[in-house]
Amino acid sequence: MIPVLLIVIPLVSGLLAFLIKQEKSAKVWALLTSLVTMVVTILGIAVLHKPEYLQTNVPWLPNLGSSFSVTMDGMSKLLCLLTGIAYPGILIATWNTSYKNAHQFFALMLLMQTGLMGVFVASDALLFYFFWELALIPAYFLCSIWGGERRIAVTFKFFIYTFVGSLLMLIGIIWVYFHTTDHSFAMSSFYKVNLPGNTQGWLFWLFFLAFAIKIPLFPFHTWQPDTYEQSPTAVTMVLSGIMVKMGVFGILRWLAPVLPVGLWGWGDTAATLCVVGMLYASFVAMQQDDLKRLIAYSSIAHMGLMGLAIFVTSAVGIQGVMVQMFNHGINIIGLWIVVELIERQFGTRKMSELGGLAQKAPSLSIMLVVVSLANVALPLTNAFIGEFMMFNGVFGSKSSNYHYIFTVVGGISIILSAIYTLNMIQKVLYGNTSSLTANARDIRFNEKFVLAVLLIGIVVMGVYPKPMIEATRHAVDAIYSKMFIKLP
Amino acid sequence: MNAIVISAVLGVVMMFCGVFTNSKTAVRTVAIIGLLGLVVSNVLDMGGYHFFEKVNVRGMLSFDIIGLLFNTIAFGSTWIYFLLSGRDMERVGVNLAEYFALIFFVLCGIAIVSSFNSLLMLFLGIEIISIPLYILTGSDKRNLKSNEAALKYFLMGSFSTGIMLMGITLIYGVKGSFDMEVIRQGTLNLTPMIAAGLLLLLFAMSFKVSAVPFHFWTPDAYDGAPTVFTSFMATIVKVAGFIAFIRLFEGCFGDVKGQWQLLAAIITAATLFIGNITAVFQQSVKRMLSYSSIAQAGFMLFALVAMNNMAKEGMIFYAAAYSLATIGIFAVLLKMKDYTFEGFNGLAKRQPVLAATNTVFLLSLAGIPATAGFWAKFYMLSAAVEDGNVLWLVIVGVLCAAISVYYYFRVIQAMYFKDGDPQEIETSRSFKGLLIVIAAVVILLGIFPHWLLNQLYSFFYL
Repeated sequence: MIPVLLIVIPLVSGLLAFLIKQEKSAKVWALLTSLVTMVVTILGIAVLHKPEYLQTNVPWLPNLGSSFSVTMDGMSKLLCLLTGIAYPGILIATWNTSYKNAHQFFALMLLMQTGLMGVFVASDALLFYFFWELALIPAYFLCSIWGGERRIAVTFKFFIYTFVGSLLMLIGIIWVYFHTTDHSFAMSSFYKVNLPGNTQGWLFWLFFLAFAIKIPLFPFHTWQPDTYEQSPTAVTMVLSGIMVKMGVFGILRWLAPVLPVGLWGWGDTAATLCVVGMLYASFVAMQQDDLKRLIAYSSIAHMGLMGLAIFVTSAVGIQGVMVQMFNHGINIIGLWIVVELIERQFGTRKMSELGGLAQKAPSLSIMLVVVSLANVALPLTNAFIGEFMMFNGVFGSKSSNYHYIFTVVGGISIILSAIYTLNMIQKVLYGNTSSLTANARDIRFNEKFVLAVLLIGIVVMGVYPKPMIEATRHAVDAIYSKMFIKLP
Repeated sequence: MNAIVISAVLGVVMMFCGVFTNSKTAVRTVAIIGLLGLVVSNVLDMGGYHFFEKVNVRGMLSFDIIGLLFNTIAFGSTWIYFLLSGRDMERVGVNLAEYFALIFFVLCGIAIVSSFNSLLMLFLGIEIISIPLYILTGSDKRNLKSNEAALKYFLMGSFSTGIMLMGITLIYGVKGSFDMEVIRQGTLNLTPMIAAGLLLLLFAMSFKVSAVPFHFWTPDAYDGAPTVFTSFMATIVKVAGFIAFIRLFEGCFGDVKGQWQLLAAIITAATLFIGNITAVFQQSVKRMLSYSSIAQAGFMLFALVAMNNMAKEGMIFYAAAYSLATIGIFAVLLKMKDYTFEGFNGLAKRQPVLAATNTVFLLSLAGIPATAGFWAKFYMLSAAVEDGNVLWLVIVGVLCAAISVYYYFRVIQAMYFKDGDPQEIETSRSFKGLLIVIAAVVILLGIFPHWLLNQLYSFFYL
């Protein structure tokens, strides 16, 4: 019941939003319905524990053995919670930005939420693919209509990249489907399939490419910085905070338990790509002057770490990934909010044109410092625990031959991330004020409110991460045991 | 059987209609009502009401559910095409009634090729389809391009018919019969004669469905023909060619599939590749659509390569998805005066309904989920994966599908993201309403594909 609501509420409200012509009311409508979604999510996680509330299974395509089946397990809950909380936050934080044809903008945003929720709750491979693609279409229109100057070419690249990946995954899904014993797309049937090692080896790549493009892992990342830069910031927040998690989620849900032998076989190769990407992205991030591009590259580095922790397969690492998926989402949305505030006020995102904000806008500065430090995983912030667990997992991994090298190189990229982040703080907040920032004012109440909530969240989850670890432990065990049933 | 007789009769009726009345509205109304009757009679045929049971076809035709369901889809699409574009036919020339008559004759040919059991009937059906089309292509008499297209189409078409006859002759020489059952029996190895016959038939049918490397007539013929007839040729007629193709090869050479599958797969890959790559470079939407029809033909050829149950379901679904979407796009294109991509710039502001429905059709052609086109491609890919021998073809298909996104989305980009000064377009309320209905059908089929496919297994079962 709850997962169905999570899909239906944004879908219906998104379609209705097309009919609301006034900008203000469309905005209010979007905020209200996203709040409703959030409440439903929290209800599903905290109050209605019984499995019958969290599961629905309706026949959809009986001939094909596919059903509309949705469940919320530990991992889904976490990501639904992220989606549910992030949406109102994003809408409030960008409340003062105005869009032409606002009703269409908000309608597409809500439709995108439908796709995201669907991906996270689907427990049928075909349904998963359906939502996976559906999340992409609104994103394409959002970026192409409301984006920056080079939006059309950039978004097109993004779309084609991800589309190629998804189609390859579709072939993989169909292949596995024909090898299920009961010809079914259900997750449980997929988990039971035990394919020979070399088949899993090439199937791994079909799935891996789709997820690697989405995450994005080096060398499939080239769409990402451009798209983040050109998209309207509200969309960038959804893309980087939630949508890229679809890739990590996909690996954990559909790749690792279905094709573990393929994952073990190619794990070191994939992990090498992740590590190279982390290092590469960190070096590129150090060269950036544009705040959005800097954060985009930093995001590639951090997502690379999540990939690494998965591909060396250790329980602690995967647990860390789950925790980090949520926390990275929160932190990066926080960063984007700050960037949006800076850009709206000064009309620039170039660090060389900013400076001295600490004197003029103290609240903004505090927020920027905290989310930036969370981004580099300073202890006491939420990202610390996740990154610590991931490194722990990588270091102690038994299935990788190169885990020491991976740990060392990964560690270097974290140091680099501290360098470019602190450098960014220094350039934006300290030094002399420029002509642009001389008359800076501090942020408004709604912006303060969202950021304060984020800030409290960051600290609370940093100091007391136990509930989140508890909530996902089950999911990690489930994935892990599924993987080891198929030991060759 | 209902469909063959009634469509032929309706063709004659339309011819006389032109004699008795000069009112274009009256002619159009008669055609629309007549076609609706044809659809209904065919549906009744599916449900077991055969009007002409006494006619003895001596085993030359057999009416199975796939053929009948395909007829329903073809006639239904034609009916929608009449409703959307019937008015535009008036602008081609003075002989409106004859155009309708010719189209009814084409439909009669379609009903034959979807149910033939003898190579003679196949030949007859293909000719009944082709000859009216030559005339329709050249119906814009004073236009040089239309004349050129008709001549080219006619020469190429008759050439390929000759090849087909030669193939039939060779096979008749070996087996002594035109009957597909007889030909199939005992054909476990391709003797040189049969192999030659098979090759000639394969080439001739590839001509008809414009598979690479036999596609050269297609862009010119489609581009030169009056746009309103291109719409009909590129959709319903083309899909009918595939039904005939698959029926022929399954019926005659299904047991020796292993020996020609690779050749079919190579033709498929070439069709996908050339069709998609060439479509990318087109500047006119009409020409892009004709190359896109070649590219889509490549996907339909998957059914020939795989030839299993899933492929047949996929073929039926592809017929519906592709016809609906393409007819819709052509109907919008007909209203435009400028056929280039730039002509679509800024259409979304001036004509939101046209732009939105067109977007749905384009997404469907590109195969995005929640549109009918997704399931069409899904079934084709599944069929090939199930077959297991041609996985490389599946990968080629997928990469080509990604290329196709490029040119379909160029239209979307022009309509939504680019500013332009679109021409004044006159559209009626009913035209827009109908477009919305078709778009809704495309989306509904994209969510519930079994509404169509279950008709294969039981009458009117959802």
